Amino acid sequence: MFRALGSITAIVVLSASAVGDDVRFDRDIRPILSDACFHCHGPDAEGRPTDLRLDTSDGLRADLGDGLRAVVPGDLSKSELWHRVASRDADVQMPPPDSGRKLTSKQIDTLKCWIEQGAEWEPHWSFARPKRPTPPPVANDWARNPIDPFVQRKLATAELSPSPEASKETLVRRLTLDLTGLPPTLDEIDAFLADESPDAYERLVDRLLASPRYGEWMALPWLDAARYADTNGFQQDRTRTMWPWRDWVVRQLNENVPYDRFTVEQLAGDLLPNATTEQFLASGFHRNHMLNGEGGRIAEESRVEYVVDRVETTSTVWMGLTLGCARCHDHKYDPFTQREFYELYAYFNNVDESGRVDAGGNAKPVMPYPLPDQQYRIESLETRIAGLERELKQRPPVDEATFAAWERKLRAEVEASDASGWRVVVPHEFSSENGQTMTLLDDRSIFVTGENPAKDVYYVRTKLAPGTITGLRLEALPHESFTNGGLARSNSGNFVLTELEVEMDVKLTETSGSAESVKIGSAFASHEQGSLKITNAFDGNPNSGWAVLDGTAISKPRTGVFVFAHPLEVPANATLLLRLKQESVHASHNIGRFRLSVTSVEKPSLDGGNGLPDGVLAALAVRAADRTDHQKTALLDHFHATSARSRKLRAEAATARKSLADVRKATPQVMVMRERSTPRKTNVLIRGAYDKYGDEVTAALPSTLESPDLPAEADSRLDLANWLVDPDHPLTARVTVNRHWQHFFGNGLVRTPEDFGSQGQRPTHPELLDWLATEFVRSGWDVKHLHRLIVTSAAYRQSSNVTPERLAADPDNALLARGARHRLSAFGLRDQALALAGLLVERRGGPPVKPYQPARIWADFSFDKIKYVQDHGDALYRRTLYTFWRRSVGPTTLFDTSARQVCTVDVRRTNTPLHALTTLNDVTFAEAARKFAERIVREGGDTDDARVTWAFRSATARRPTAAELAVLRRAIERSRDHYRENAAEVDAVLSVGESPVDGSLDRTEIAAWSAVASLIINLDEVLVRE
Amino acid sequence: MNSHRHDAAAAAQLESTRRWFFGRSATGIGTAALATCLAKSGLAAETPSSGGLPGLPHFAAKAKRVIYLFQSGAPSHLDLYDHKPNLADQRGADLPDSIRMGQRLTTMTAGQKKLPVLPSITTFDRHGDSGATVCNFLPHIAGVADDLCFVKSMYTEAINHAPATTFVLSGAENPGRPSLGAWLAYGLGSDNDNLPTFCAMTSRDKEKSCGQLFYDYYWGSGFLPSKYQGVKFRDTGDPVLYLSNPSGVSRDLRRGLLDDLGELNRIKHDAVGDPEIETRIAQYEMAFRMQTSVPDLVDLTKEPKHVLDMYGPDVHRRGSFAYNCLIARKLAEKGVRFVQLMHAGWDQHRNLPTQLEIQCRDTDQPSAALVHDLKQRGLLEDTLVVWGGEFGRTPFCQGDMNAKAYGRDHHPRAFTVWMAGGGAKPGHTHGKTDDYAYNVAEDGVHVHDLQATILHLLGIDHERLTFKYQGRHFRLTDVHGHVVEDVVA
Repeated sequence: MFRALGSITAIVVLSASAVGDDVRFDRDIRPILSDACFHCHGPDAEGRPTDLRLDTSDGLRADLGDGLRAVVPGDLSKSELWHRVASRDADVQMPPPDSGRKLTSKQIDTLKCWIEQGAEWEPHWSFARPKRPTPPPVANDWARNPIDPFVQRKLATAELSPSPEASKETLVRRLTLDLTGLPPTLDEIDAFLADESPDAYERLVDRLLASPRYGEWMALPWLDAARYADTNGFQQDRTRTMWPWRDWVVRQLNENVPYDRFTVEQLAGDLLPNATTEQFLASGFHRNHMLNGEGGRIAEESRVEYVVDRVETTSTVWMGLTLGCARCHDHKYDPFTQREFYELYAYFNNVDESGRVDAGGNAKPVMPYPLPDQQYRIESLETRIAGLERELKQRPPVDEATFAAWERKLRAEVEASDASGWRVVVPHEFSSENGQTMTLLDDRSIFVTGENPAKDVYYVRTKLAPGTITGLRLEALPHESFTNGGLARSNSGNFVLTELEVEMDVKLTETSGSAESVKIGSAFASHEQGSLKITNAFDGNPNSGWAVLDGTAISKPRTGVFVFAHPLEVPANATLLLRLKQESVHASHNIGRFRLSVTSVEKPSLDGGNGLPDGVLAALAVRAADRTDHQKTALLDHFHATSARSRKLRAEAATARKSLADVRKATPQVMVMRERSTPRKTNVLIRGAYDKYGDEVTAALPSTLESPDLPAEADSRLDLANWLVDPDHPLTARVTVNRHWQHFFGNGLVRTPEDFGSQGQRPTHPELLDWLATEFVRSGWDVKHLHRLIVTSAAYRQSSNVTPERLAADPDNALLARGARHRLSAFGLRDQALALAGLLVERRGGPPVKPYQPARIWADFSFDKIKYVQDHGDALYRRTLYTFWRRSVGPTTLFDTSARQVCTVDVRRTNTPLHALTTLNDVTFAEAARKFAERIVREGGDTDDARVTWAFRSATARRPTAAELAVLRRAIERSRDHYRENAAEVDAVLSVGESPVDGSLDRTEIAAWSAVASLIINLDEVLVRE
Repeated sequence: MNSHRHDAAAAAQLESTRRWFFGRSATGIGTAALATCLAKSGLAAETPSSGGLPGLPHFAAKAKRVIYLFQSGAPSHLDLYDHKPNLADQRGADLPDSIRMGQRLTTMTAGQKKLPVLPSITTFDRHGDSGATVCNFLPHIAGVADDLCFVKSMYTEAINHAPATTFVLSGAENPGRPSLGAWLAYGLGSDNDNLPTFCAMTSRDKEKSCGQLFYDYYWGSGFLPSKYQGVKFRDTGDPVLYLSNPSGVSRDLRRGLLDDLGELNRIKHDAVGDPEIETRIAQYEMAFRMQTSVPDLVDLTKEPKHVLDMYGPDVHRRGSFAYNCLIARKLAEKGVRFVQLMHAGWDQHRNLPTQLEIQCRDTDQPSAALVHDLKQRGLLEDTLVVWGGEFGRTPFCQGDMNAKAYGRDHHPRAFTVWMAGGGAKPGHTHGKTDDYAYNVAEDGVHVHDLQATILHLLGIDHERLTFKYQGRHFRLTDVHGHVVEDVVA
C-alpha cells in the first residue's frame, strides 16, 4: 500500500540509515516485515497460513522443510525470504500482488543488506528496559542541560545547527501558556523583561510550576486519556457525577504527587491497605468509561465492554500498547496472544458492578463524596448530635419530693390505661447483618438508614423484667424519608418479613448462661398482602414472608402480633433476642422503622398499650421500699427519659439528625472501584463476543514483558499497578515522558504516543527518550522535575522561526532544529480569550458549568428529551476545564478535541473554516472581544497607538512592528468611522454576552475597539504558541 | 505543525491543499480575489478537485458525488418493496423454524410465544418498463422506478439501531471509525471552495413518533483528521454553527477586519516562515465565503415554484425531509462530495398500520423529486443517490395483529436498498429473498459489499483507500467487501 510505504520511508529517513551502512533488525528490518509480512507471518497463530513466522529469531531461521530457511545469515542465495521479495513472478513473489501490500526497491535493498551483513536479530526496542545512556560530550556552550547534547548530536548528523534562542517576549508567553494554559499579564511580561538576573528564566519556571493554574491545565490531557465526561454516552446519556475525581486529578498535579503513586491510586486505590476516601476517589479512573443505559440492553454485554475498555485504556496510557487488537485474536503485529488479553482482563473483571446504570446516573459501586461545605455540615452536625447525646446521659440531681410526685402521676396514668397490657421494650443492642445503620428514636422505635441491601437480618436484644410474657408485638412505622412516606426504602415502601426468630437468654453467672428458643404459636396482623400472610413469618420457610401492601401507598403503621405457643416465664437477668429476617426475592424490602412491645395478658390484642417500657411497669407494681436495684434504675431511667429537659434535648437531636440525613442525601455519589467478595471467573471470549466462552484464565502479566528485573507474578489489580510502576518496567516511564514531551513540543519523541509496538513509529531520539525515562524514574517519578528539565533545555528555548531551507530539510521538525509552533487547543483558546477580556473567573473545582451554547443543540440531538439550561454569571467565565461535557454532543465552542468516549492520547490539530467561524462569531469570543475592548480603552493609554500597542502586547507579549502598527491603526480608524456612521450598530455590539457594559466609557469607542479586539484574538500569532 | 503526524500521504494531501490555496491567492486574498470566488458558479463538473489523495480516483469514476438518504429506524422491506404475495394465505401462521433457523431476536420479541406471519399491510403493483414492485404507499418513487436500481438482498450483522447505523455509515458497529463521507472527503477532496466537502442534515417525521437519536459520529471523521468530518446543517438558528457575525458586526466591517487580519498574518508569515499561517489565511477566507454561500444555498426564494411543488408542501418547512432533499440537490449542484440525510421514524414496532403510511407520505415525494430533479439537470449521471436504512423488519408480527397497534421487529437478515444515478444500473433489481423475505435467497449483498460498490462507482478500490492508525491500515470495508458488479451500469 502506498500509505504504508509512505510511513516506512519516513522512518527510514529518520533513522538516518543509508543502505550499505550498518543495518539493524529493530530499527530497519522489523518495521518493514511488520507492515508487509506480519499480517500473515507474524504473532497471530491463527492468521498464519503456513508455519513461517518472521517476528521471532527462531522463526526467521527455522528449517521450513527440505533445508529451506527464510533467512540464512550472510547467504543471500540460500535465503528464501530474499528470493521471494526479489521475485517478479506473481506465484512466488512476496508479499503476494493481490495482498495490497508491496515493498519498495529501497526496502528490498535494505533486506538484502541485512541478510548479507549476517541477519542479526534484535528484540523490539520498547520491550527491553531502557538503559540510562550517558549524554554525548558537549561540543560548545549551547547545551543547558542533559537533554541538549542528545538533540545536538542528532542535528550534527543532519548537518543542521540549532535555532537561536527565542526572544524573551516569546519565551514568557510560550512558558506561561505551556505551563498554565493562560497568557502572561502585561505586568508579568514586563517583570520578566526587566529581570536581567541570570536565573530570571528559571525563577519564572518555578513560579509557573507553583501556580494552581498549572494543575488545571495539565489535567486536560489526562482527562482525555481517562475518557472523563459528565454524562454516560449512548442513547440515554444520563448525567453522572465524576467531577470530584476530576478535582482530585488537579490537586495531585498541583501537589506534584509522584507519578507512581498517582498511577497506583488510580488503578487500585480501593485495594490499598486502609484505603482513604481520597484513594477510593482516585480509583474512579477506571469508572470514567461510557455506560450504556439503553432499555433492552443485555447487561453482561455492556459489562464486558467496560472491562475491555479498562484493559485498552490501561495498555494505551501506561504501556503504549494496542492490546485491544488482541481481544478477538492474537495480536497481528506485536507478540501478545488473545489469551494474554484476557489474563489482563481478569484484573479488571472483578469489580462489583452489574453492567446496568443502577445508581442514579451512575453505576455501582459508588461512594458518597461530600463537598467541603457538606463535609463541614456533616461534621458539625455529628458533633452537635454527640453533644446532645452526652447531655442526655448527664442527669441533673432530682429531689425525692419531685420524684415521688412524678411516680404518683405515672401510676395514675397506668391505672387509667387500657387492659391490653402492651409494654414497649427498649432495645439495648441492635444491629443489621448487612451493615445498615440503626438508631433508637425517642418513641423507642429503631430507625434504619445507610445503604439499603437486597437482603438483611436485624438483631435486636432487650432486657426483660421478670414475670410472664404471652406475646410480642411488632409495629412497622412510616417515615417521610421512606419510599412514598411508607415503611421501607424498597421500591414500594413495603417490606417482607420472611422469618421472625425469638430466643430468651438468661445470664446465670458472669460467664455462663442459658438460651431458650421461644416458639410462636399463632399470629395476626393489621394488614396482610394476599398470600403474604403473617403466619409465613414463622413457618420455617425462608422463601415465604409477611408483607402489607394493599394497593395504595402505605403511610400508616402496620402491626403484627405474635402469640407465643406457651407463656414465657421470665426469670431475673433475662434478655430477649429477636432475629428479623428479610430475605425474600423482593430486593431491599427491609423494614425501615419498627417498635417492639410485649404483653402478659392471656389474649393479646392488636392495639392499645400505654407505651410504657416493660421494666417500668414491673417496677411500678412494687412498693418503693421493696424495689430491687434493677427496678429502681428502670424507674429513674424513665423519669429522666421523660423529663421536659430530655424531651427538649431529644427534639433538638432529632432535628439535627434530620438535617444530617438531608445533607447526606444531597452529597454527590462518585463511581469508584470495589471488588466483589466472590471473584468472577474469567474466560477467553471467542472472537471477543461477551457470551462465547473459551478457556478459563486467571490474572497474569504478558509474557513478552517478562524480565528478571520485574516481578514475575501479579495476583491483584494492585499488584498489576505496582508492576506498571516498577522502576524496571520497560514501557511505563518511556510512554509517560513521551506524552509530556508531546505537551511541550507538539509531538512526542515517539510520534505515535498510543503505539510503542512494531507498527508504531520509532523514537526520533531513542537515547534521549531513554535518558528522560530513566531520569524520571530516578527522580522518584517527579513530574514537575521532568517539566522543569524540558522547559529549561536549550532545545525548548529555541526560536520557532524557520527559513524555507530549514523547513525543507526537516518539515516536521523531527530533528528539533527549532522550537515548536502550533495552535493552542480549543480549551486554551477560550481560556486565553476570557483572560484577555478580564472575564476569567478563577474558582477552582466543583460541579461542571454550562456556558454559552447556541440554542437547541442538545434538544435537536435528543429530539427534545434533553435540554441545555445555560448558566449565568460567574459560571459563564470559568476555565474551560469545568465546562459540562455531554458525550453525545460535546461543547460546541471546542474543536479538535478528544471525543471523550474512549482513551485518547494523541493530539489533533487541523485548520478549517469552522474554527475561524467559532473564534470570530461565537458569543464567547465576541463577548471576550467586547470586554477586551473595554480594557483597551480603560487601561491602554490615551492615543490609538498606545492602545493598539497595549492590546497587541497583552495578546502576543511583544510590541508591534511599524508595519503592524500601521495596519492596526488603520483597523481602529476604519472601525471607529464605521460605528460613528452606523450608530445603531453600537448598541448591538454592546449587547453581546451577559456581562455588564462599563458605563463610564464611550459606547462608540467600545464598539470600535471590539472589532480590533476580535482581530487581535484571531491573529495567527495569538491562536498559536510560538 | 499540522494534521496527522507523519503520515506521508496526509502530509502530501496537506501540501496539495496549501498549493491549491496559494495557487489561487498568490497575490493575496483581498476583496478582489473574493469577488472572483463569489462570482464563480456553475456546475461542479467544471471545478477541478482539490485536496484529495494523489492517485485517486484509482480508475475512471462513474459518480462524482453521493447523496445518501438514510432512512433511520429500518423501513419494512416487505411492506415497501419486497413483495411476498404468498404470505397473504399464511396470515397468523407461525413462521416455520426452517426459515428462522435459530436466528436471534431482540429482547423485544424474544419473549413472544408465537411468531405469527404478518403479510404486507400494503398492496403492490409493477411499475415502469422495468416492472419494479413498489407498494402503493410510494406512488412517486414508483413513478421513477426505471431510474432506480433495487438491491433486495441486503443483509447486515447488527440487530440494534445504533450499532447497525454505525455499521452502514462507517463499516464497524462501534463508534470511532471514519464515516463514508469522511473517507470520500479524505480520498477525493473537494469540488467546491465555498462549501464544506461533506454536509449532513437530519429530519424526523412530523408526528415525532419514537425516533433514534442521531449521534455526531454518524457523520464523524473517526481517526481521520477532523477537517474531514461532515458539517451539520441545522434546522434552527444558523444553518451552520457560528455562521452569522455577532450582532453589530456588518459584512463590510468584517471584510475590512479580515483584510487587516490577512495582512498582519502575512507580515507574520514573512517573519517566521510557518506555512501553516498561509493555510490559516485561506481558511478565514473560506469562512467568509461560507457566510454568503451557505445562506445563498438555503435560500429557496429563487427556486421556481414548479420545482418547489415537485418536492411537496413540506419543502417550505425548514428541517423537513423534503426541504433537506432540495438542499441536497443544491449542494450536489455546487459539487459537494457527500450529502448525508438522516430521516427518523421508520421504527414501527407497534404502529405499523398507522405510521407507515404517514412515514411514506413524508418521504416518498421528496425522494422521487430529488431523483427527478437531478435527472432533469443532467446531474443524476454523476450523482449517486442511495436510499435505505440500517436493517429490515421481521415478516412476523410484533404484538397482536388483531389489535389496533402492532408492527414488526428488527431484522438484520434481509432488507432492501435502492440506488439511482452515478453509474448504478437503472431499472434493475438485484438479489432475492426467500418466500418470507426473511433470508437472502440469491445474490446476497453485505453492508461491506454495498460500501465497496459505492466506492467503486466513485472510482475507488475499497481495498486501497486506507489510513494507518494505531499500527493498522484501516479501511471503510474493514477486511471484507466485494464490489457487486451486477448493479454497475
